[in-house]
Amino acid sequence: MDFELNEDQVMLRDMLRRFLNDRYSHEARRTVLASGQSYDTGLFSDLAELGILGAVFAPEQGGYGGTGTDMMVVFQELGRAGVIEPVLGSAVLAGGLLAALDADGHSALLQQTIAGETILALAHSEPQSRYDLGHVTTRASAANGQFVLNGAKVHVLNGAQADMLLVSAREEGGPTDEHGISLFLVPSTTAGVSCTGHLNVDGTSSARITLDAVTVDQSQRLGQPGQAHAALEAAHARATLALCAEALGAMEVAKALTVAYLQERKQFGVPIGSFQALQHRLAGMLIEIEQARSAVINLAGHLEADRLTRECHVSATKNLIGRVGALVAEECIQMHGGIGMTDEYALSHYARRLVMIDHIFGDVDHHLDRFIAFSGGSETTGENANAG
Amino acid sequence: MDLSYTPEQDAFRAELRGFLAENLSERVREKVRLGKRLTKVEMQDWHAMLNARGWLAMSWPRQYGGAEWDAVQRQIFEEEACRAHAPRIVPFGLKMLAPVLFKFGTEEQRQRFLPPILSGEHWWCQGYSEPGAGSDLASLRTRAVREGDHYVVNGQKTWTTLGQYANWIFCLVRTDPDAKKQEGISFLLIDMNTPGVTVRPIVLIDGEAEVNEVFFDNVRVPAENLVGEENKGWTYAKYLLTHERTNIAGVGFSDAALVTLKQVAAQTMAGGRPLDQNPHFAARMAQVEIDLMAMRTTNLRMISAAAKGQAPGVESSMLKVKGTLLRQELSALLRRAVGPDAMPYLPDFLDGGDNADPLGPDHAPAAAPGYFNMRKLSIFGGSNEVQRTIIAKSALGL
Repeated sequence: MDFELNEDQVMLRDMLRRFLNDRYSHEARRTVLASGQSYDTGLFSDLAELGILGAVFAPEQGGYGGTGTDMMVVFQELGRAGVIEPVLGSAVLAGGLLAALDADGHSALLQQTIAGETILALAHSEPQSRYDLGHVTTRASAANGQFVLNGAKVHVLNGAQADMLLVSAREEGGPTDEHGISLFLVPSTTAGVSCTGHLNVDGTSSARITLDAVTVDQSQRLGQPGQAHAALEAAHARATLALCAEALGAMEVAKALTVAYLQERKQFGVPIGSFQALQHRLAGMLIEIEQARSAVINLAGHLEADRLTRECHVSATKNLIGRVGALVAEECIQMHGGIGMTDEYALSHYARRLVMIDHIFGDVDHHLDRFIAFSGGSETTGENANAG
Repeated sequence: MDLSYTPEQDAFRAELRGFLAENLSERVREKVRLGKRLTKVEMQDWHAMLNARGWLAMSWPRQYGGAEWDAVQRQIFEEEACRAHAPRIVPFGLKMLAPVLFKFGTEEQRQRFLPPILSGEHWWCQGYSEPGAGSDLASLRTRAVREGDHYVVNGQKTWTTLGQYANWIFCLVRTDPDAKKQEGISFLLIDMNTPGVTVRPIVLIDGEAEVNEVFFDNVRVPAENLVGEENKGWTYAKYLLTHERTNIAGVGFSDAALVTLKQVAAQTMAGGRPLDQNPHFAARMAQVEIDLMAMRTTNLRMISAAAKGQAPGVESSMLKVKGTLLRQELSALLRRAVGPDAMPYLPDFLDGGDNADPLGPDHAPAAAPGYFNMRKLSIFGGSNEVQRTIIAKSALGL
């Protein structure tokens, strides 16, 4: 049993925290968003140069990390700073899928992604799929040794900034069958791909992508025909860990801002932090944040476990993070009062991210259902695994 | 014990329903239903529509152009207006300043200030909170110094709702800095077109600038704009705050929000079935509906007591706390029902752009901003913590 980070992970954490402290401020983030950009491309390059993207890939994939704990370390820091650059969408989700499915065939693309030179996006969710990973109605029809893709994708993280899309499409089966889904590499400039980018409530960016008779070659299909579901699920497990660690980082900062405010804000002649009613609420919140930390550690330690165990932990962790995230956001705003609701003050941005994280990769109820389904009869939740 | 309305009250409800069906435009209804932002003109038109029927000033005496509705009638109006997706009535002049003028103003002030509230010529806002005076409102520092027949005002107000549209502001100002903090405050009416008044919008967490900072730099205010006596303003402010709270349960809003939530949950497919058949979500909806059923009666019980002449006291604090928690819970459930489609932030759609694409169902874009906006309910009008302290002291004697 060891809950300490190893030496490399401590170095990674400290380096990333120093870099973000120096380079990433709430004001700079607001300026970028106000200018209409979806993120700071220069900063993203610098993050890549620092090796942050490499940290989420295993050595055999061209990275130098890739364990659950490495992901946790990186994303906790990104969450603390409120980073909107496309590390999650491009590196963890789409990059992770590419590495898992076809690392050898596309190693140049993967290296460019790890270097931050190419942006990838996973175009998977559809207007009717909600949080169901197996719900794919975009069609891939074989014709003359090629495929023609038709369909609509939504909530594609950084889709409008991506150079290359990983598009899920159905070769066979009904709309919600796990079997029959394939993944295709589609350059975003391909004829028939149209993309509408938009800002999200939490400052991140996504896109809606329409595929209208998009023609791709056999060689653009990743992995085995119709077998992409398992890889999509595993990639989402990693991305969910990243997202939950990001939430944990955001919770830590939201709490710290609130503690500082309670010590500084005076009403009735005393700091409001001297009121027991507020002290108890903050204490309760701290307990919940420690639960959130444990939940993230649990998932980090079971990323490489068998599917059932892993998915049990994905759903347990995402459910808990969803609940605690909303609690922390709501309580921190309430204890600040009006100032906590202003766009000018950092807290409201952490609160937005914490709440909206519940709308990505499945919410509290979705994962409660999944947890019940996966944990029924299983005794795996109590076992420990190697966090790496 | 009888829970039913009288035949007269039923007839009144039917009359309101007919009026709203006939007069409220489909465009405004849709905007309110979808949580879009209303323009100043749309809010003014709604006031004008009610005023033309004599219903704008529902609680005012008839001699001043009011409808003299009792508390139950006002509650019925709130329910019907929310049900019809009518805009809310902007309360500052009608429901906050006017009661103070009736109780503490001079007849001259009533003649001067009440008609422009009805006509829409004056749009009032509230100058209470300051950067250093929130929960502890009595610590306010905006200073008014008497110079001849004027007061000279310097200082800053904040969280001034819809101040960007207002041309008049009623303010609490400090006229005696040496007195105990509650005893040196006066209630002053200020024309916002006076030199030295500056309004700066504050963008909030939902992306909208609904509140403002208002700065006063040597603003000269005629002494006749003082309401009541100098240094008695705290008494008037407390009276106004009590008044502000009688309608703060917002049961009508909750009723309308529940209807919308149920429609959305029935339309939304989640895991192969409508969301309202998902046991977890159905349980959350049922729980809030059960609470709301009791809340309606709690509200009516307190309204009946008020109708019998009992002044609203600690009851309004209870209504505020429970009523705001319910509205917040309903907005959280709507946000969750919408699912991933709650993510996009689409200001053009929210501002009512006719060609703006909601990128999903049309009820989706306002779900998250609406949820974040609702966080204000437990903060403003005396935070829920302040209300609980009042309840502990007044109702429990602690």
